[in-house]
Amino acid sequence: MLGRSDARDGVPIPLCTEDAVANSSQAMEPSEEVLQDLHFRMVRIRHFEEEAGKLMEQGKSPGALHLYIGEEAVASGVMVHLSDQDQITSTHRGHGHLVAKGGEFKKMYAELYGRETGYNKGRGGSMHISNVDAGMLGANGIVAAGPPIAVGAAFSNKYLARIAGRDSMNVAVPFFGDGATNEGAFHEAANMAAIWKLPVVFVCENNGFGEFTRQEDHQAISDIADRAAGYGMPGVICDGMDAVAVWEAAGEAIERARSGGGPTLVECKTYRYVDHVGLRGIGLNYRTDEELEEWKKRDPIEQHEKRLVEMGVMTEEEIQAVHDAVMADITESIEFAENSPLPDPADLLNDVYTPTAAS
Amino acid sequence: MTAAEAPAGRQLVYTLAITEGVRQALQEEPLAFMAGEDVAGAGSVFGIYRGLLDEFGPDRVIDTPISESGIIGLAVGAGATGLKPIVDIMFMDFIGECMDEIVNQLAKMRYMFGGKATLPVTVLTMSGAGMNLAAQHSQSLEAWLCHTPGLKVVMPATAYDVKGAIITAAREPNPVFVVMCKGLMALPGEVPEEPYDLPIGKAVVRREGDGLTIVAHGRMIHEATKAADILEGEGVSAEVIDPLWLQPLDTDTIIDSVSKTHNALVVHEAVRFGGVGAEIAAQIAELAFDHLDAPVGRVAAPFSPVPFSPVLEQTYVPNAERIAAEARSILGLG
Repeated sequence: MLGRSDARDGVPIPLCTEDAVANSSQAMEPSEEVLQDLHFRMVRIRHFEEEAGKLMEQGKSPGALHLYIGEEAVASGVMVHLSDQDQITSTHRGHGHLVAKGGEFKKMYAELYGRETGYNKGRGGSMHISNVDAGMLGANGIVAAGPPIAVGAAFSNKYLARIAGRDSMNVAVPFFGDGATNEGAFHEAANMAAIWKLPVVFVCENNGFGEFTRQEDHQAISDIADRAAGYGMPGVICDGMDAVAVWEAAGEAIERARSGGGPTLVECKTYRYVDHVGLRGIGLNYRTDEELEEWKKRDPIEQHEKRLVEMGVMTEEEIQAVHDAVMADITESIEFAENSPLPDPADLLNDVYTPTAAS
Repeated sequence: MTAAEAPAGRQLVYTLAITEGVRQALQEEPLAFMAGEDVAGAGSVFGIYRGLLDEFGPDRVIDTPISESGIIGLAVGAGATGLKPIVDIMFMDFIGECMDEIVNQLAKMRYMFGGKATLPVTVLTMSGAGMNLAAQHSQSLEAWLCHTPGLKVVMPATAYDVKGAIITAAREPNPVFVVMCKGLMALPGEVPEEPYDLPIGKAVVRREGDGLTIVAHGRMIHEATKAADILEGEGVSAEVIDPLWLQPLDTDTIIDSVSKTHNALVVHEAVRFGGVGAEIAAQIAELAFDHLDAPVGRVAAPFSPVPFSPVLEQTYVPNAERIAAEARSILGLG
C-alpha cells in the first residue's frame, strides 16, 4: 500500500508495511513503524528544501523556488496513507509533496537544475515537478488549478473500480493553500466531488498567507473547514504542525473516500517559515519575526523527535543517523544533478504532442 | 463537399451526424465517457446528444454542474489517469470560464512533465453567429485555441466531417477541440453508417479552380462556395479550400493552390484582427510570394462584439457577396 519506491538507493528507509498501516488505521493509533515513517518523510523534506534553497540563492539552479519548510507534517501525515496508485495534485510549493510521495532526490535536484535526467527531463522545473508513475500529477504554477484535476483522477478511480468490480477505490488528494479557496476552480471541484461522491480528500494547507497577503486580509473566515458545509461534505481541522494529528485526520478521511463515502475537506493549520520565494524567513514586511518564532516553537520535526524519544521509539542516535543518511543522499544527488546532461536544444519541440502512427 | 454536391448516399443532418459520432466513439472505447452541461437528460441544446444517456447509462453519459473549469479539469485528471474523456463546452463563448484548465493544464501537461503524461481528451463546442444570440453566444474564438501549443483544432462544416472529426478526436492521444458550427445544425449531407476518421491536418479542396484560391473554414466554407458560383458566372474560376484542421494547418495544400492560381483570399467568421486568417495570409506571403499577382485579401468580421439586432448581425457576418466583391478587387475586376 505504501509508496515504497525502490528508488531510494542506499538510504535506510523506515517506511512501514501495508499491514502496519492498516492495523494502525483501524486503531487510529500510530504504530512505531508509522511514527518512524512520518519522521523520515519530514526529515527528507526539510533537508531537501534547505539545500535546494541554498542552490537557488547561490545561483546554481535557475529560476524561483517556493519552499515547503515548516509545513512538512502535512505532506508526510497524508502521504503515509497513499500508495503509488493514489494520486495527488500539488501547488507552487510542491517539492514537499513529491518528496513525501517517495520522490527520488537525484531526479528532483536534476529537475531543479533543468537537466535531462530530471523527473520532467528539465521541461518543468520546480513549479511543475511531477512523477505521474507514482500518482504525483504535478506541482502547479496556477493557484487552485489542481483540485479540478484531482476530481478528474478520482472520477477515473471510481470508473475503473466499477469496471473491475472492486468496492475499494484509489483516492485522489489535491493539496492547496488558504488562498486557493478563494478561486472559483476550487469551488467547482469541491462541488463536483461532493455531488458524485468521488474518492477525493481536499487537503488545505492553511499557512496563513496567500502569497504575501495575510489570511485575515484575503478572506472573512479563519477556518477553511467551514467551507465544507457549503458543499455538503465533512470539514475537519487538524494541527498541521503535528504529523500524527495530520495522520489521524487524513487517515479517517482517506478511508471514507476509499470505501465510497465521498470527499472530505481536511484543513491543516500550518506556517511557512520562509518567504513566498526563497529561503529568507525574517525581516519580512508582512509579518513579524516574533510570529515566526512562536510557530517555530512547535516545529513539526522537533516536536515529533521529542515524541519518538519519549515513547522510546527511536534514540537520539538513531534520529541523528536518519538525518545523516538523508544528507548523504542529498550530497550525492546534487552531484548527480550537476553532472547530468542538459537537454539537447534539438529536442525543444519533443513532447508538445503525443506522437501517433499517422504523425 | 457541399450538400449540393453530395452523392445520393445515406443522408444525415449535421445534428444527427454529431450524435452518431459520439455514439460510435463511446461504443468502440469502453474507457470513453461523455460529460458536460445538460448532455445527458436533455441531450444538450439542439438535441445533439439525444439518446446517448439511454444507450450508455449515467456512468458514461454525465450531466455536470454548470462548471466549465470543473469540466475541463475533469477531462485533464481523468485523461491523465487512463480514461478517454469526451467533454462538451456548450457554446464556445464559455471557454473564458475554463481557459486556465485549457491553456495551462490540458495543453501543457504533457510537455511540462517531459512527455510522461498523455491527454487523450476530446472537447466538443459550438461556435458562430447568425442566430441572434448576441455577443456572448455567437463568437468564433478558434484563434485562441490555435495559438496554444499542445492543442489540435478541427472545425467541421459538413455532416460527414463533423462525425469524422468527433471519432478522430476520440481516437487521438492528444487534446482535440472539435469546434462545431451552430448555424449548420440542419445541414444534410452524406454520412456513412460505419465509424470513420479524418486525416489529421489535411485540408479538403471543396471546389477546383485556377484563377483564385479562397481559403475558408467553418460555416464560411458554404459562403465561399456560393461566392465561387457567383464568380463563375462572371468568368472567374475560384478554387475553394477548407483547411478543416486549423491546428495543425495544412500549409502545403494552400501553397500548392496559390502557386497555381496566383491569387489568394482568406475568409473566416471570426474577427479579422489576429484571426486564423492572418496566420494563413502570412504563410502565403512567406511561402508563395513569388507566385502572387496581388496582395492576399481577407474577409472576416469587423473588430466588434457580435451585435444582437438582426440587421446589425447580418452586416457583421461575412457572406458570399462580400467574398465575391473582395475577389473582384484582388483580381482588378472591381
